[in-house]
Amino acid sequence: MSEAPRTMFEKIWERHRVLEREDGQTLLYVDRHLVHEGGAAAFAALRRRGLKPRAPDRIFTVPDHYAPTDSRRLDDIRDPRHREMIELLASNAKEHGIRHFGLGGPEQGIVHVIGPELGLSQPGMLIVCGDSHTSTHGALGALAFGIGSTEVAHVLATQTLWQRKPKTMRITVEGRLGEGVSAKDVILAIIARIGAAGATGHVIEYAGSAITGLSMEGRLTLCNMSIEAGGRAGMVAPDEVAFVYLAGRTYAPEDWEAALSRWRALPSDPGAVFDAEVTLDGGAIEPMVTWGNSPEEALPIGGTVPGPEAAADAERRETMARTLDYMGLAPGMPLEGLAVDRVFIGSCTNSRIEDLRAAAAVARGRRVAEGVEAWVVAGSEAVKRQAEAEGLHEVFRGAGFAWREPGCSMCVGMNGDIARPGSRVASTSNRNFMGRQGPGARTHLVSPAMAAAAAVSGHFTDVRRLLAGGG
Amino acid sequence: MCDGCWRGAAEMEAFTRLTSAAVALPRPNIDTDQIIPARFLSRPREVDHGEFLFHDARRVPATGEQDPDFPLNREEFGAARIIVAGRNFACGSSRESAVWALFDAGFRCAIAPSFGDIFRTNGMKNGLLPVVLPAEAVAALIGQVEAAPGAEVTVDLQALEVTFPDGSVHGFEVDPFARHCLLEGLDEIGLTLSLEDEIAAFERRYGRENTR
Repeated sequence: MSEAPRTMFEKIWERHRVLEREDGQTLLYVDRHLVHEGGAAAFAALRRRGLKPRAPDRIFTVPDHYAPTDSRRLDDIRDPRHREMIELLASNAKEHGIRHFGLGGPEQGIVHVIGPELGLSQPGMLIVCGDSHTSTHGALGALAFGIGSTEVAHVLATQTLWQRKPKTMRITVEGRLGEGVSAKDVILAIIARIGAAGATGHVIEYAGSAITGLSMEGRLTLCNMSIEAGGRAGMVAPDEVAFVYLAGRTYAPEDWEAALSRWRALPSDPGAVFDAEVTLDGGAIEPMVTWGNSPEEALPIGGTVPGPEAAADAERRETMARTLDYMGLAPGMPLEGLAVDRVFIGSCTNSRIEDLRAAAAVARGRRVAEGVEAWVVAGSEAVKRQAEAEGLHEVFRGAGFAWREPGCSMCVGMNGDIARPGSRVASTSNRNFMGRQGPGARTHLVSPAMAAAAAVSGHFTDVRRLLAGGG
Repeated sequence: MCDGCWRGAAEMEAFTRLTSAAVALPRPNIDTDQIIPARFLSRPREVDHGEFLFHDARRVPATGEQDPDFPLNREEFGAARIIVAGRNFACGSSRESAVWALFDAGFRCAIAPSFGDIFRTNGMKNGLLPVVLPAEAVAALIGQVEAAPGAEVTVDLQALEVTFPDGSVHGFEVDPFARHCLLEGLDEIGLTLSLEDEIAAFERRYGRENTR
């Protein structure tokens, strides 16, 4: 066979192929299996069948979904079910000799923050986790995707996974992002453009000068929300930004030079063909805010709430009426000026050091508006330590933000961190679904800088004005 | 096909052919947070998840009472074992309990123009068949289901066909391997364990790559 140009995805896929059946199903070998508290059902399934993990050294566990953010002590968790989920993960890890980054320990954090941070996530790897935001790790040039708990049990038992080869999509964003525009705005603009099912069945590769110009933190944010466009995974070709990021991390390769030469061969070959191509003008992207209950319902901050008459068909009209009712919005309302009750800066999308720096830059010398409750939840103990070393916690506290302990927190509310019914939340998380942040809570997705701007203004506002010294 | 491959009992209920009433949720982007809110995810599989299905969506927020207009609350759809929905059904979180909630509430099949990828996989591995039909066909099915509640729909995984209440027949595609497992009620762990030699050979070939 001739050497046809291959995409990065194809190179990683082929490298991990144990075997392929005639019907196209492929058994893939998994390099890293990350497990949070949700793995309980899979460990139970394994136990029922009398099986043990095949490769414990390739599995890493960490509690994040049920981690309390007001304490690091198990005894302080009020709901016994939540406490049990954290204890169960620790005991499963111990029983099977799996590395566990426990609550209160120096490495604990959101699984999609600590994977890259510890150097567990590396270019060319196949990484899975029973969590849809596993797409995050693709920012390092890995193939990383979320799986269900039956699949988690399968990977535990066999270190492999059956997959049918997905299609590929390249999303190219060229140009220079404007001041106050971040990776979060880029991904929200992409999802608004292609829709919440726009990339279903596809692995996305992000490319173009606006993407290669992003820091590693920015790329992690971008890839994180690939699933919100329906994408199986999202990835960015590894380059010096990735190599510099990984160098010296705890689990970085021992033979660094050998790893580098493998990694440099990973980017898609010139002429490689993708099943779908999308292009966006990076210079035209503005700070974004979602107004509805799907991440595709996003607009630039200068936009107004659309009306049902703008819907393409009766189904969408009916849905939009329900959405506007749930969100407490009316057609034609400007997004700028919409009052907020809560602000949440955190989640696997936006809780890394660069996110906190961007939020702190806006908060510095300002005060959280009267009546607004604003939280900053660092993504990991390491991020928290770094932020405190830089004095960011003092900036936030001085401005009236709560500075809390690492975990998923208000992104999914599983630990009890939720907003009251009807309250409006400016959130740096990834899902504005009905009830996601608590029954009746109204979530608007924004970047960390936009969230901080909403906190100090008491309403959504264009952060670019604050950055210019106004406000 | 896989004689002798299976170690331990098959854990999945088989699906071959189902004739049942259907209930329609004609909305796009129904996410798994709506199907089962996050606060119910700490329950083990042994717990009946049926009561968590659309727990918040089926209630009136102000009172917490069941909303009589929500399709799943309407008596005439009570016997439905097939759910029909708009595009991108069950998008979002990978929570397998979204499948458990539907399954425990009696559903064995979901029909939509598209599904969240992870839910589609989870369904196939848990005895809940996801069927993708063209948007126009789904719209027609929704119209028929709403016009005549209780009218029967037949889903045949052997023949890969759905028969609507009006008698029209619509073909669909399912991954052949997943179809085989679902028809037989087999899960994949047993099969994969029987491939131990291949996996071990791969590991020798792969060496220490990507361990550190």
